[in-house]
Amino acid sequence: MDPIQLVSGASLMVGAFFFVAGTVGLIRLPDRFSRLHALTKADNVGLGLVVLGLMPLAPDLFYGVKLVLVWLLVVIAGATGAHLIAKRALRGDGEDVL
Amino acid sequence: MSALLLIVALVLMAGIAAGLIRVAVGPTPSDRMMAAQLMGTSGIGVILLLAPVLAVPALIDVALIFSLLAAVAVTAFTRRRRADNGD
Repeated sequence: MDPIQLVSGASLMVGAFFFVAGTVGLIRLPDRFSRLHALTKADNVGLGLVVLGLMPLAPDLFYGVKLVLVWLLVVIAGATGAHLIAKRALRGDGEDVL
Repeated sequence: MSALLLIVALVLMAGIAAGLIRVAVGPTPSDRMMAAQLMGTSGIGVILLLAPVLAVPALIDVALIFSLLAAVAVTAFTRRRRADNGD
């Protein structure tokens, strides 16, 4: 086991832990905003660590750039989606507002 | 290394299955949408993990499309108006 593989494996396992924590939070937390908080942690940190762990396995540079691009897109989409859902929840409860 | 990737992918898939509980019990549409979003992100993670194991590098393009469509789904959900479902 060389050190790069060790770091990559540790990063993958911590990423999986963040995903599990996010899922448990989504199921167990009491209200909508705390569930949103758990969800964004799993999205950003969990996927980020999984991408970091997969980086040494990339066959060429282009593949690595695409891995980072996937993570960036998910982070941007997650932040935008969290804001939209929170705003919708603040404006009016549950079903359609306006 | 490949075994570790498969174990992590399995953990993520168990997370997707557990997220279905939140989709089923709700209680509001926002909660269901959040669960769908988390399942989408876990699905992207599973695809990224399986690409090196199956030696199919093209799977990363599938993950890119997934990450683009996830944003569209949440935006379409929050932009919905009452007029859309017949008064």
